[in-house]
Formats: sequence, structure tokens, C-alpha cells
Amino acid sequence: MKKQKHWYDYLWIVTPIYLGLGFFNILFAWLGMIFFCLPLFIAIFGGGKLYCNRYCDRGQFLHLLGGRLGLSRNKPTPNWMRSKAFRYGFLIFFFAMFFQMLYTTWLVGSGAENLRQVVKLFWTFKLPWHWAYHGTAVASWVAQFAFGFYSMMLTSTLIGLIVMALYKPRSWCVFCPMGTTTQLICSARAGKNAIKSSKATTCSACTGCSQTKENPHA
Amino acid sequence: MASKRYAQVNEYCVACGSCTKVCPLSAIAIWKGVFAQIDEKLCVGCGKCTQECPAGAIQLKNREVPK
Repeated sequence: MKKQKHWYDYLWIVTPIYLGLGFFNILFAWLGMIFFCLPLFIAIFGGGKLYCNRYCDRGQFLHLLGGRLGLSRNKPTPNWMRSKAFRYGFLIFFFAMFFQMLYTTWLVGSGAENLRQVVKLFWTFKLPWHWAYHGTAVASWVAQFAFGFYSMMLTSTLIGLIVMALYKPRSWCVFCPMGTTTQLICSARAGKNAIKSSKATTCSACTGCSQTKENPHA
Repeated sequence: MASKRYAQVNEYCVACGSCTKVCPLSAIAIWKGVFAQIDEKLCVGCGKCTQECPAGAIQLKNREVPK
């Protein structure tokens, strides 16, 4: 049976539009703050991982390319990539880079440094991006933040595309920093005891059995 | 009659929700954004979720025969 489509099933379009807009005017990069704040707000206010499950444009985009268009090898994600060490390590690295970007923005805002009209790919390679900045209508720190944020979004999309091609369509979701953060928030909200009791489920693996058994989560 | 196999989630689950979208019987739900929970009674062991899961967190298990 085919599942009914909803408006949010088409949110994948947001990814190419966002990256495309940043190609013409870098200030559109500020819109990316929605993808940054919304999952956190939803998780903090009790919506769980609804953003990942339903509204994540990147997840849908990767699923479309890797799943429907068959651009993924569909091989299992390697063990090291799905390990907690890598997930939390990448989260720390990602946020360290984010705060470094905020520091650069502050330096430009305070006049200690000049605006750099470049997009940094993979936090290393500087690409000239001057055509997407059209003058002095906004403060220089606003533009600097836009360049930095766009660099982060473009880099993470490219990493997502690489792991999509190599492994499963949504392999990015395994170590997505926002996904890891929201899962941590949800775990903290649910509490250890509630998680433990939810894992001890009534045995339904065999029919008619009323014994309880530990779920393999434990 | 229950199917011979059913899907089970392990600790690698990242609660991304990919499995919930492909389950033909809507037997999977995300528990409070922490992990996927599969209704083993509803699950027919078709294996679509195991193929979809990016974290490799779902495995098919054989049902125990009641004594």
C-alpha cells in the first residue's frame, strides 16, 4: 500500500534552493539558522526527533538521491562511523569549528580583521566567493557570519553526499551533529529510568508469551 | 499466524526515522526521540527496515517457539 504524501515530504527541495541562493547572495546563508535552531527547539520542548523524522530537508535530499535515483552503493555504514566515539568526536569537532567561526565573526565585527569573501570547504580549502557579496548594506560581521555559516552548510552537505554515495543514502544521519545533539537532549529529557523501563518490554517475539524480557537496547 | 521472523533494534539506533517511513505495517515508532521501537506482534519480518537503516541498527531475529 502506498503511503499518503504530505507537504513535508517535499522539503528536500530546500537543500538545493538554500545552496543555490548562497551562490548568488551569501546573506541568504542566514536562513540556515532555521535548520540549526528548529531541531534544538523541537527536542527541548518535547517534540523528540520530529525534525529528523519528518522535516529534515537534507535527510530527504540524500534519501532521494541515494534511494530513488540510485546514486548510493547501499553498502553498510562502517562500524567505526556508527560508533559512539566517532559520533561524539565529530559533534565536538563540528561545534569547535562553529565556535571558531563565531570568533572570526567577532574579530571582523570588532575591526580586528577584514571581511574574508571566501567559502572554506572542509574547513581547509578556501574558495573565492566574492560574486555573492554585493556591498556594504549590512555590517561586515553579518556578511562574515554568512560566509562562515554557508561554508559549514556546504561542507556538511558534501560530506553527506560522499557518505551517501559510498554507504547508505542516509549514512550522514548516523553522525549528523544536530541529530546527535537532539538525541542527547531527548535522552536527558526522557531520563535513564524511563529509557531502561521502556527497554524491558513484554515478550511478543513468540505468540502467546507473557514473560518479560530485556530488549537488546539494554 | 505470526511470521517466523521479526525485526529488533540494537544500541546503534540514532532515531533518524528512516525505518518508520518504509515499514509497510507502520510497526515502528520513535520512542521519545531516543530510539526506534518495533511492535514485534505487528512485524512480519519483511526486512525493509534493515535495508533502510543507515546505522545498521536493525536485525531480523527468529521467533521463539512457545513450549
